Amino acid sequence: MSAQIQTQTKQNVVVVGNGMVGHHFVEQLYKDSNYNITVLSAESRLAYDRVHLSEFFSGKTADDLAMTDIATYQAWGVDFRTNAKVVNIDKANKVVVTATGEEFSYDKLVLATGSYPFVPPIPGKDRDHCLVYRTIDDLHAIANSAKTSKVGVVIGGGLLGLEAANAIKELGLETHVVEFAPQLMGVQVDAGGGAVLRNKIEQLGVQVHTSKATNLIAEGEQCRYKLCFSDDTVLETDLILFSAGIRPYDNLAREFDLEIGERGGITINNQCQTSDADIYAIGECALWNNFIFGLVAPGYAMAKVAANHICGGTDSFTGADMSTKLKLMGVEVGSIGDAHGKSMGALTYTYENQPEGVYKKIVVSNDKTKLLGAVLIGDTSEYDSLLQYMLNGIELPEAPEALILPMAGDKPTLGADALPDTAMICSCHNVTKGDIIASVDAGATELAAIKSCTKASTGCGGCSALLKNVFETELENRGVEVKKDMCEHFAYSRRELFDLIKVEKIKTFDELLDKHGSGLGCEICKPTTASILASVYNEYILEKLHLPLQDSNDNFLANLQKDGTYSVVPRIPGGEITPDKLIVIGEVAKKYALYTKITGGQRIDMFGARVEQLPLIWQELIDAGFETGHAYGKSLRTVKSCVGETWCRFGVKDSLSMALYLENRYKGLRSPHKIKFAVSGCTRECAEAQSKDIGVIATENGWNLYVCGNGGMRPRHGDLFATDLDDATLIKYIDRVLMFYVKTADRLQRTSVWLDNLEGGLEYLQSVIVDDSLELANELEKQMNVIADSYQCEWKTTLADPEAMKRFKAFVNSDDSDSNIQFVTERQQIRPAREEERIPVIFDPS
Amino acid sequence: MSLANTSLTNVSTATKNWTKVCREQDLVKNSGVCALINDQQIAIFHLEKAEQKVFAVGNFDPIGKANVMYRGIIGSVNDEPVVASPLYKQHFSLLTGQCLQDEASQVPVYPVRVQSGEVQLFV
Repeated sequence: MSAQIQTQTKQNVVVVGNGMVGHHFVEQLYKDSNYNITVLSAESRLAYDRVHLSEFFSGKTADDLAMTDIATYQAWGVDFRTNAKVVNIDKANKVVVTATGEEFSYDKLVLATGSYPFVPPIPGKDRDHCLVYRTIDDLHAIANSAKTSKVGVVIGGGLLGLEAANAIKELGLETHVVEFAPQLMGVQVDAGGGAVLRNKIEQLGVQVHTSKATNLIAEGEQCRYKLCFSDDTVLETDLILFSAGIRPYDNLAREFDLEIGERGGITINNQCQTSDADIYAIGECALWNNFIFGLVAPGYAMAKVAANHICGGTDSFTGADMSTKLKLMGVEVGSIGDAHGKSMGALTYTYENQPEGVYKKIVVSNDKTKLLGAVLIGDTSEYDSLLQYMLNGIELPEAPEALILPMAGDKPTLGADALPDTAMICSCHNVTKGDIIASVDAGATELAAIKSCTKASTGCGGCSALLKNVFETELENRGVEVKKDMCEHFAYSRRELFDLIKVEKIKTFDELLDKHGSGLGCEICKPTTASILASVYNEYILEKLHLPLQDSNDNFLANLQKDGTYSVVPRIPGGEITPDKLIVIGEVAKKYALYTKITGGQRIDMFGARVEQLPLIWQELIDAGFETGHAYGKSLRTVKSCVGETWCRFGVKDSLSMALYLENRYKGLRSPHKIKFAVSGCTRECAEAQSKDIGVIATENGWNLYVCGNGGMRPRHGDLFATDLDDATLIKYIDRVLMFYVKTADRLQRTSVWLDNLEGGLEYLQSVIVDDSLELANELEKQMNVIADSYQCEWKTTLADPEAMKRFKAFVNSDDSDSNIQFVTERQQIRPAREEERIPVIFDPS
Repeated sequence: MSLANTSLTNVSTATKNWTKVCREQDLVKNSGVCALINDQQIAIFHLEKAEQKVFAVGNFDPIGKANVMYRGIIGSVNDEPVVASPLYKQHFSLLTGQCLQDEASQVPVYPVRVQSGEVQLFV
């Protein structure tokens, strides 16, 4: 009786497995306070991103790949155990037991045990250096083995096999792929596409052997081992990686009598329940409708359904689209729907361009009205449109082949209007066209805003072009003109003005206004023009014709504070400073009674300087060997750094020397917004380079370059742009990225927003900078050299220019100073007096 | 109200004259300088392209509450010559002193002229 009136206690939900899908399930459920969640993971790590595992070899660390951490789970109130393999499920008493003997009782049990790599039963498969490619521990083993290997073979030419091949190629091994079937990627790609793919991959130096069945792994002659094939050929290798498919981890279900499929996999219904209604299975261990989904998106969908069902919801899992688009060793591959044309009466259209290695095929319904599938190799630019045609059953144009033929200009495009509101635009984050419309309704007028509120296009980024199209169409539909005009005086964007100035060799604001503008200009177009002129010609910014254009701070080469005084920041490159120079700063600050504070950029800011004191202060600083720090400019601020290998026990490169070089190279560069750099001497990242516009991190093999990060109002981590660069290549890439930013960004647009708004995103930027796809690289570097070669310390120039010095007087007709500036003392330093602390100044307003 | 008006009238009855401030070449083209006259700070702007080339307004920014107006960028809004406060960028008309973003704020405007190379204010 008393049990009946007991308040309902929390339910225990135990999740076995903490892969991407298991973690996604936790994400769905933790906010609901009715459940105690316990996660049991057999691995030593909490969930990490397996989809991007190969990036481990291009510089990402286990931490980069992590999807969660201890603190997060603690904050969510999720109990968890790592190295906790479950060995027993007691269904009757609803208890699971781990290998260490710990018992956990459950109300609902969720199996997210995932899958394991299938290793074919070849004699010799268990020798050393015979490895698989699945976990971070596997990657460590591969990297270790590669150190003593010259040749590597991947057994299996599917999607994962090719990724694995890329990994060992990046480790510097001679790389082979051995495939049992006659073609590569037989699941996603048809024979014709497979042949083109093979060609492209062989051109990249990976040798492909198809129709090869491996009988034996024997001792090698030149190498460690020898693969003996059924056709009596052999292949010598030091390292063997098995990637012959995955098998569901269903042993718990087998042992404890849950229903499993004929060929493995834990059978689930549409609610992801197994044959025991209190036990769910999700992800790659689950078998739905006799099918195992080996992609992450369907696993996520199952996680959502299971969580929803546990909470009493009625969602169901009804299968998932297996279309996929990826880049393998730089080769674009896309596969949509029925790639093989197996549907009844299906018809195909094929386009092949052998010289360029492009293959495109579409599969259409018998009446040619609906798209059923597609294969794209070498060029996936039509992937987004084709996928929408397929997913939404959109009627095909009269000549469907036009969708893949390279007809210049008049290719039928799928207008965003043709898509239903339910159309999935970003499948990584489940963003539909309807979600985007809702964001526009809520007032988003910039692509970056859409991205930050819906997360669309922030996963793989594959939908960026489509997203832009949908967004701009939406704006147009509601009569919003996508106006790029800078201000009322110029009907141009900053980028257009930049081009006009450059192409027409315009050198003054007046000339630009006469030719392309109207009115007298304003506080928007004047500083922007000044910045562009500086980026292009790098003339002295207080030169007579440029001076009136400069913003508050640039105008006096100092930072204007709220009371009309200025702050002064000398450059301290890389944060390195001698005791003598420190003393000079101290003495100057003392002499002029300035307030001092250490900045976030590893330098010293001196506040409270009156306009007429600026030249005096700077004369002393320059005499002591200081230069202007450009703290007042939209320009390079600082290059933060650690001491690197010089002092630090962990440093692997001389980060400080690199920081000094970079700061000295780019100082004075005027840009659309401020730019901050950092250089870290090792992966511990003490300089916080990943939160900077340009971040450089030393590796054993060179430098990793991160771009377009920032702190501030909307923090964004930099994107890993290129890895293991030598000094010269690093500088070259930074030259190009910065100058491309300076040329194309909007006014006051930080690099982060610039990149988010760049159509094609990071990949596009890489193609422009690394592959030189726009043939701009030379010009960008040349321009940067012009800027670097024409550097001048603006304060030094100013002190020597009587005309410019005219400005540094409080009054044109008197040597007095502004009596309205008043300070009080706080913590032994000055600060501006607050309203109530001020001594009234006699002021007659007549 | 009437009281305030009276006092204003009283103040403005003081005799005013054209007072020399500086030479024309002391002005900064398309920018501003500040003059100190009887403890009043007056910003003087030289706007080359405007019809009236020289303008004078109070140097005190009533919104930012600091003497900085002469350091603002000058230009036009709908063809009206303006200065933008260097602190928070509000526009003030150089003809009327009215703040375009805040009806309640304005700066005083002073008659100014250039005569035989001399900049003169009527104060």
